[in-house]
Amino acid sequence: MRPLAILGARVIDPARGTNTAADILIADRAVAAVGKPEIPSDAQRIDASGLVAAPGLVDAGVFKSEPAAFLAGGITRTLLMPDQSPVIDDPALAERAQRIGKPHVWVHPLAAATRGLAGSELAEVALMKAAGAVGIATGRRQIASAAVMHRLLQYAAAFDLVTVVHAEDAALTEGAEATTGETATRLGLASAPAIAEAVAIARDVRLAEAAGARLHIHQVTTAEGLDVIRAARARGARITCGTAPAYLLLNDEAVTGYRTFTRLSPPLRAEDDRRALLGGLADGTIDCLTSAHDPRGQDEKRLPFAQAMPGMSGAETLLALAVSAGENAGVPLSRLIAMMSATPAAIFGVPGGNLGVGAPADIVLFDPGAPWRIDASKFVSAGDNTPFDGLPVQGRVRWTVKGGEIAFAG
Amino acid sequence: MTSLPEPAPLPAVPPGAHPFPHAHLLGIEGLKPWEIGFLLGEAEHWVTLGRSAHKRDDRLASLTQINAFFENSTRTLLSFEIAGKRLGADVVNMAVQSSSMKKGETLLDTALTLNAMHPDVIVIRHDASGAVALIASKVDCPVLNAGDGRHEHPTQALLDALTIRRRKGRIEGLKVAICGDILHSRVARSNFHLLAALGAEVRAVAPPTLMPAGVERFGVAAFTDMDAGLEGADVIMMLRLQRERMAGAYVPSEREYFHFFGLTAKRLATAGDNVLVMHPGPMNRGVEIESQVADDIARSAITEQVEMGVAVRMACLDVLTRARRGVPGWETHA
Repeated sequence: MRPLAILGARVIDPARGTNTAADILIADRAVAAVGKPEIPSDAQRIDASGLVAAPGLVDAGVFKSEPAAFLAGGITRTLLMPDQSPVIDDPALAERAQRIGKPHVWVHPLAAATRGLAGSELAEVALMKAAGAVGIATGRRQIASAAVMHRLLQYAAAFDLVTVVHAEDAALTEGAEATTGETATRLGLASAPAIAEAVAIARDVRLAEAAGARLHIHQVTTAEGLDVIRAARARGARITCGTAPAYLLLNDEAVTGYRTFTRLSPPLRAEDDRRALLGGLADGTIDCLTSAHDPRGQDEKRLPFAQAMPGMSGAETLLALAVSAGENAGVPLSRLIAMMSATPAAIFGVPGGNLGVGAPADIVLFDPGAPWRIDASKFVSAGDNTPFDGLPVQGRVRWTVKGGEIAFAG
Repeated sequence: MTSLPEPAPLPAVPPGAHPFPHAHLLGIEGLKPWEIGFLLGEAEHWVTLGRSAHKRDDRLASLTQINAFFENSTRTLLSFEIAGKRLGADVVNMAVQSSSMKKGETLLDTALTLNAMHPDVIVIRHDASGAVALIASKVDCPVLNAGDGRHEHPTQALLDALTIRRRKGRIEGLKVAICGDILHSRVARSNFHLLAALGAEVRAVAPPTLMPAGVERFGVAAFTDMDAGLEGADVIMMLRLQRERMAGAYVPSEREYFHFFGLTAKRLATAGDNVLVMHPGPMNRGVEIESQVADDIARSAITEQVEMGVAVRMACLDVLTRARRGVPGWETHA
């Protein structure tokens, strides 16, 4: 394999605190040198002047594996939620899942916490770990039973598996389509109070602390949820959390007109929650940014709001939306990149997420200032459902390098 | 019956404005006060016709009206059917069992099927909020919302307003208490918008578990104490409590609900002297309303509401089909 040289980029490597102009030399699928290395004459060269070179994004929680869409979004590794068909609740399925995107995208499966994600019997999570799962997840729903959750966390602690939870109290949110508030009242949507999130986080944090387990809140979306996380951290709980750009950029008023593309899980929250989330992004309470990529077809979205499936196609817009949200919150680019690479890689113990010598040569090259307009009709993803269609954004992925090979050129 | 007051004038259409420039009637929210007033004024005409021996006006002759009811309803369907027939339309009722339509996948297909039959107006009831607007976006004819989920029921609010105006002579300045299961009520939501637009002082009275969030943003005062909410009221609008609310732990029992939120003769005494009692029906006697109150013809306007319902629906059917019928001045508004 020919060496690859990335020339003249601004290299941002949050894992090592690098933010400087440099060349990157790649050989044997790994980073060989960063700085001013001598470029072999046979090397393939990318002129990256004006671009940022960062670790390939590690997307901590997608619901569908779409390697081409991931690469178009600069994502080189994803954590795949167990809500697949069939559910990843068996070692053979975990083993199969982690081969899905190779060689260009590495899919790291999260093992279903319970059989069929039904919330009652523990799945073979340790065997699934042996088969390649990098964590445990409850999928799209909370485990309603505190007893099952307690045992799960005890078990997970013994195998040092991080447990990813959907933080909405199952009973409070049963049948809900939106967050309780003026918009839900006006539209006549069945709603659940935002406190359903803090209630769920509080329960799981306490159980995880008691078990000595690691807990990761997949998507925190409320001010109260953030407060519970801050308090738990102050006590020393091993808790991490992520969120998706939609919750940083939209509030529940976006649902007006029964726009089913804005139907997400958790649902969009009030403006005060959105602002609190930007605060959580700025003060470091939020560890990860995930696309929560959940593409849906027209058949699943062109329905009355109550019947439409929640979720949005997020992989291709993750970086641009994160840059926009980061600007609103005053978060430096290097921190944002860390939230989409080094931090999730560290939480889940997956390779990549840094550009150190010897690290896998997973690199995204993007133009942080490039303006463009989100156009769902041009998505690589099979799902064209985004609440951001037509939105002008900044920050465009130009190249995605995976394992030293150019896997996407935009 | 005592003589009725001379009604106050309805809000006037401003110079240059069109009295009703909408293709559909999907809700009250967003309608201008004069647009509501215009529909009420039109309905007055149909009240007179309905009380005459000759109840026909064939202005909708040769037009096809489809009543597509995806959710069970007897009285609303009947009301729309009579309204259409009195206007001479060919009325077709399509009752779709809500169970077989629960899978929304076929909803847009159903809309396209209906559309292919070239109806001139479609009346829709559906159990999902927003479903009527979704269908309206896919068909070529006017759509009339006959109730969508817990969102809106515009003709019910119009008929309530017509009833109030005929009994009280005005709507502006009246204290109207809407009581009961407001959380799940499309009737309440449409009335909030309408009564607030016409200048009434609106109160929502419900147990906290059945009070939707943010009602005050509709210009409505919220009360969880029935007696306080009824104090000085000119109009009391009772809502139906569905029995399944007991299983959902919204209220402990019918007995307790009736004790604290049922409309009794005793409780009526806290309202104004000439209070008007209304109910969109069907009533649960002994649950939200005492028979003695429901049947008091001096105070209860419940049967009159049914009568006004036909007139209001005739007005809406007439107005929404004017563009198709080439009525001068209406050509461009659908």
